[in-house]
Amino acid sequence: MFGYYLDLAWRSLGRNKVLTTLMVLAIALGIGASMTMITVLHVMTADPIPGRSGQLFYPQVDPQGMEGYSKASDPPDQLTWLDAMSLLHARKGVRQAAMSAGRVTVVPPQGATHAFIADARYATADFFPMFDVPFADGGGWAASDDDKHARVAVIARELADKLYGTPHAVGQLLRLGKYDFRVVGVLDDWNPAPHFYDLSMGSYAKPEQVFLPFETAMELKQGTQGSMMCWGDFPTDGDMTKANGCAWVQFWVQLDTPARVASYRDFLAGYSEQQKALGRFARPPNVRLRDVMQWLDYNHVVPGSVQLQTLLALGFLLVCLVNTVAMLLVKFLRRGGELSVRRAMGASKRAVFAQLLVEAALVGLAGGAVGLLLAAFGLWVVRQQPVEYAAFAHMDGAMLAATFVLAVCAALLAALFPAWRACRIVPARLLKTQ
Amino acid sequence: MQIRPILSTLRHHKLTAILLTLQVAFTCAIVCNVAFMVAKRVQRISVPTGIAENELSAISSSGIEKGENMQARQTADLAALRAIPGVRSAVAVSYSLPLNQSESSSGICPSKQALDRAMQLNSIDGSGCVQPASYDGTPGLIATLGLQLVAGRDFLPDEYVGKGKPAVAIITRALAQKMYPGRPALGQSMYDGDHFIRVVGIVDTLLRPALRKPGVDGDSLIWPQRPDGSGVTYVLRSAPQDRQRVLKAAEAALLQASPNRIIAPGQMQTYTQIRRAYFQRDTTMIGLLIASALGLLFVTALGIAGLANFWVQQRTRSIGIRRAIGATRGDILHYFQTENFLIVTAGVVLGVVLAVVLNLLLMTHYELPRLPLWYLPIGALALWALGQLSVLSPALRAAAVPPVVATRSV
Repeated sequence: MFGYYLDLAWRSLGRNKVLTTLMVLAIALGIGASMTMITVLHVMTADPIPGRSGQLFYPQVDPQGMEGYSKASDPPDQLTWLDAMSLLHARKGVRQAAMSAGRVTVVPPQGATHAFIADARYATADFFPMFDVPFADGGGWAASDDDKHARVAVIARELADKLYGTPHAVGQLLRLGKYDFRVVGVLDDWNPAPHFYDLSMGSYAKPEQVFLPFETAMELKQGTQGSMMCWGDFPTDGDMTKANGCAWVQFWVQLDTPARVASYRDFLAGYSEQQKALGRFARPPNVRLRDVMQWLDYNHVVPGSVQLQTLLALGFLLVCLVNTVAMLLVKFLRRGGELSVRRAMGASKRAVFAQLLVEAALVGLAGGAVGLLLAAFGLWVVRQQPVEYAAFAHMDGAMLAATFVLAVCAALLAALFPAWRACRIVPARLLKTQ
Repeated sequence: MQIRPILSTLRHHKLTAILLTLQVAFTCAIVCNVAFMVAKRVQRISVPTGIAENELSAISSSGIEKGENMQARQTADLAALRAIPGVRSAVAVSYSLPLNQSESSSGICPSKQALDRAMQLNSIDGSGCVQPASYDGTPGLIATLGLQLVAGRDFLPDEYVGKGKPAVAIITRALAQKMYPGRPALGQSMYDGDHFIRVVGIVDTLLRPALRKPGVDGDSLIWPQRPDGSGVTYVLRSAPQDRQRVLKAAEAALLQASPNRIIAPGQMQTYTQIRRAYFQRDTTMIGLLIASALGLLFVTALGIAGLANFWVQQRTRSIGIRRAIGATRGDILHYFQTENFLIVTAGVVLGVVLAVVLNLLLMTHYELPRLPLWYLPIGALALWALGQLSVLSPALRAAAVPPVVATRSV
């Protein structure tokens, strides 16, 4: 039966090529525009660390003074050095790491005239196991290296290739400014998008090239970067570890069970109380503990302009669909004679309805195929843009399937009303007038 | 042209006519809003900076060795840069240039009383104090950037400082009017919390490095302060067509003067590139919005033409009869044109309402301003024109139907 419907649909579509082309084109344009934007949105809202994102939490405490205090105000987005170190040494989570973005001057083996600046991350030892960072060679440093202020470094594969011509660079010396570090690990390709662990460097920032133990970097006064919020005095000598009135450190903690999450929340409140009793904190305990996806959501990682573009694309699809409904309507109603004959010969209303829907689905499939080409072109255009999320705008299998599903569903939806309308004709009357 | 027969025909095609009306309405609503968004963004990217944009280029250098004598280094660098053929003048700034995103700003008050008021209010709003962007640079900054001094004078050589706060400043006209409304700002003493700073000059326009909102984007002041960090940006002025060559020569000259520095490839830019980079997102968005509006209009035109074509085919016989009983070609042509006009008008009326609703929705979610009402008649005109254009070819075909068709059976 289905084969027969297909055959009928094929003939009917071939009969009025212009109208068919117009319908396919309308659906394809709508699908192409929507799929481009939906893919971009899909990529941007993706889970940066699947499987772990529900166990990684970002604690916030509020060490500010009472000025501008209101009950609803959010604590600062980052921690002070002192609070980060206190939370780190309390070791209340399965793993925890404090970190900050920095920049270092890399002096390659060829000499100082070839020096260049690289983005760095100063972190504590748990950074690597906690974020499941893949290594091409060696591994991260140990917690004892943090305590000893060891001069060790982990570098990205790209930098290892550039400096030493090989990813197997463990044991090599890395010169940063006037200090030497020993390479203990080389990262494999690792590029979490969004750059969830530090959004202050741009939500889709590239991963860093050099990783150093946090305390070592601070001891050697390596420069930090990223956002900083100050409410107290800023240290004039550039020693950020003494900046008690500035929040600039990111802190992540891994908590495996809901019970541990609840007890960590209590711990943060307790810590705030204790600091208030000591006179360091002024405000009543004001703590937050968000997991990765909540943290991304709280920071509005998806730019409003992308949402607006998606909305626009969906509006576009809507107009294309209305267009298709109108065209299908005239197409179906015009075949009143043919449909009456089929009904008079014994086809049920349902059979006629199904036949018309098959025809619409065929249009949808064709529209989907052309729309896919348009979406591929649209994504190519997005990738040419110098926005930071551009490189991630690729279509995956799921989106590919979604394109066809959306196209066929859209076409079927558009056909429902015209087909229902066409089935309502009274065969006898139409046959008589002919 | 009689409208009644057209209306009674349309009653027979109620559904299709309604669908077409809806399509026109949606298109009208979306296109009006999109046009408004495009206009907003075009307005944003064409803001004047007040500097001689097409004659400037900038090159940033950061020293590797700490403890180098930065002032001596800069003097030597500037001498080397000024020696490049084609360079008319060169100055060093710390990092700020209009629209290059690197801003430093601090609160400043027109008087000590205003500061007290700000302390009392615990906020800078309503106190008369402002947060202008501050620029610094070596002597000759005003002339090199091409700023227009509208009152007062440029800094004197002995007013320049290296470390510490200078005692004088040049401010923009916008800042002057905001701080001292109705009074001449020249010679006034501004207060920054512990120093008084005398206003010695006023420049016409100098935009901030990072835009905030229209009312405060022109609030800038210039200190007579030499750059003091290990990183410095040199600004070169040359003929527009020389800029690429001058930048290459500048890189070579700087590295020759001292190899102990890093000049990142991204830090050598003509001012045109700096401006383009700042507005990159906006230009992309403009392109996208225009493309989608055109796509939408195209699809609607297709829909109108497709349906009109179908109706002409369907009515070939009745057109023949009308022709046979005396209707001219012009009558038939006008018939289809009027029919289209009626449908589009209904769509536009609905579309204007939808456009306002859509704008209100966008206002609540994306901080868009209110849609000026004059966009609506323009959107309506555009759709009428679009409708008439797309119906023209089917209507002409209808007008060409010979009367003899009436005698044939279809």
